[in-house]
Amino acid sequence: MARITYIEHNGAGHVVDVPAGKSVMQGAVDNNIPGIDADCGGECACATCHVYVDAAWLDRIGLPAAGSQEASMLSFAAVTQPDSRLSCQIAVTDAMDGLIVRMPEGQH
Amino acid sequence: MNAPVHFDPASDALNTPLDRIDVSDPRLFQDDIYHPYFERLRREDPVHYRKDGKYGSFWSVTKFKDIMAVETHPEIYSSAARLGGITITDRPMEFRRASFISMDPPRHDEQRKVVSPIVAPANLNNMSGIIRERVCRVLDGLPRGETFDWVQRVSIELTTLMLTTLFDFPEADRANLTYWSDVATADVNAGGIVDSEEKRLEILREALRTFTAMWHERAAKPPGFDLISMLAHAEATKNLVNDPQEFLGNLTLLIVGGNDTTRNSMSGGLWALCKHPVEYQKLRDNPGLIPSMVPEIIRWQSPIVHMRRTAVADTELGGKQIKAGDKVVMWYISGNRDEDSIDNPNDFIIDRARPRHHLSFGFGVHRCVGNRLAEMQLIILWEEIMKRFPRIELMEEPKRIYSNFIHGISEMKVRIPA
Repeated sequence: MARITYIEHNGAGHVVDVPAGKSVMQGAVDNNIPGIDADCGGECACATCHVYVDAAWLDRIGLPAAGSQEASMLSFAAVTQPDSRLSCQIAVTDAMDGLIVRMPEGQH
Repeated sequence: MNAPVHFDPASDALNTPLDRIDVSDPRLFQDDIYHPYFERLRREDPVHYRKDGKYGSFWSVTKFKDIMAVETHPEIYSSAARLGGITITDRPMEFRRASFISMDPPRHDEQRKVVSPIVAPANLNNMSGIIRERVCRVLDGLPRGETFDWVQRVSIELTTLMLTTLFDFPEADRANLTYWSDVATADVNAGGIVDSEEKRLEILREALRTFTAMWHERAAKPPGFDLISMLAHAEATKNLVNDPQEFLGNLTLLIVGGNDTTRNSMSGGLWALCKHPVEYQKLRDNPGLIPSMVPEIIRWQSPIVHMRRTAVADTELGGKQIKAGDKVVMWYISGNRDEDSIDNPNDFIIDRARPRHHLSFGFGVHRCVGNRLAEMQLIILWEEIMKRFPRIELMEEPKRIYSNFIHGISEMKVRIPA
């Protein structure tokens, strides 16, 4: 279990406990947190669960490998930053307790 | 419609030998009788081989998860125009026009990224005002108490106006855009004006001339925020105009993609509501459901019937051996009714959970670039409809087009009670 903070683009924050093994995307969807659309349902086949990982966590969470499907899908998302990830590809562990992710202006 | 009166598609679908079922027959979609054939394939042979069908030999991929597997492996399932591109029709080699939808990574990626900012979230906010203003104008001009064609008066008008904005195209000439869009996708066997690839190209050359002139004009000016200017000024596409075939390919992609699909969801949504009065009442009771109804409309309509790939390596899919060179057809219209991936897929439910989990936009690197713009147009349309017209009546069943690619409605007679 990890306590994760999701911050919408308008600044609204949502703090929820997400069981280890679920994805960060699933944690948002299960708790009806707006701003993460997750159209494909976690197949890494769209880019509508795009989040920015908080700077304090970026080293631990890591970035998608170059040439990976996630990197490819992410490259089509709008307003990407160096800290962009697809949240369906971040598997929650107990060590992620306190993780903060922010949402982009919109999912595309 | 063309079928004899006693013809029963449900029993035909059950009694035709499996290897004779040919879901590529455009009549199935024109007559709206395709469901039982796909139901049988999903149940008995979800990855189905049809040898020597109307559109050659091909694999039909009919289940959601198998379609997703094809979508996410572009290195195995190619979209390349020279191999046949993205439609089941194998055009003669000289008529195969590349565009970024009929290209594989990395070139696809470079060209797509040039145009995608126009439909990104920031620009959607910029466009919402003009879209709403047009929707209001079109709806306020509709007659009361008299029968009219929703397709002409609303669906075509609104989507074509949208295109004029995206291309910064003269509004007065907008009928050309609709015409070129229809010409680009017409099945040569449909009995319409386009009865050969030569005829199609002849008409589309006019589009090419128009847009080439526009290109040179805009290339000479500072970059603007319309599709032609964006293409003319971007590193990856600045020489596109010198390759008329590929330029025309991309033009038709952007015209069809921004037009035909949303047009048919605008018609199909009203049709679905008229056929499902309980859902229509739910909408009247709570217009706040519109944002979740819109993706359900897009699933229900499935505006693109299929997308095709060509295998470039031997592989396995759903237990079947696919060989390099095989034509593989993803039937979105079937995957969108797959009970293993969507709850109660045969029900139209405007407040279903996770309504965006559908295949109508495709998935993977070729996923519809304009998907959020399409949704926004439909949301605004339905918001403004519900403010004005609590009830619109379907006067007769819609007329559908002869196509296994565009799930199109060509005419739909409706009436707004006086």
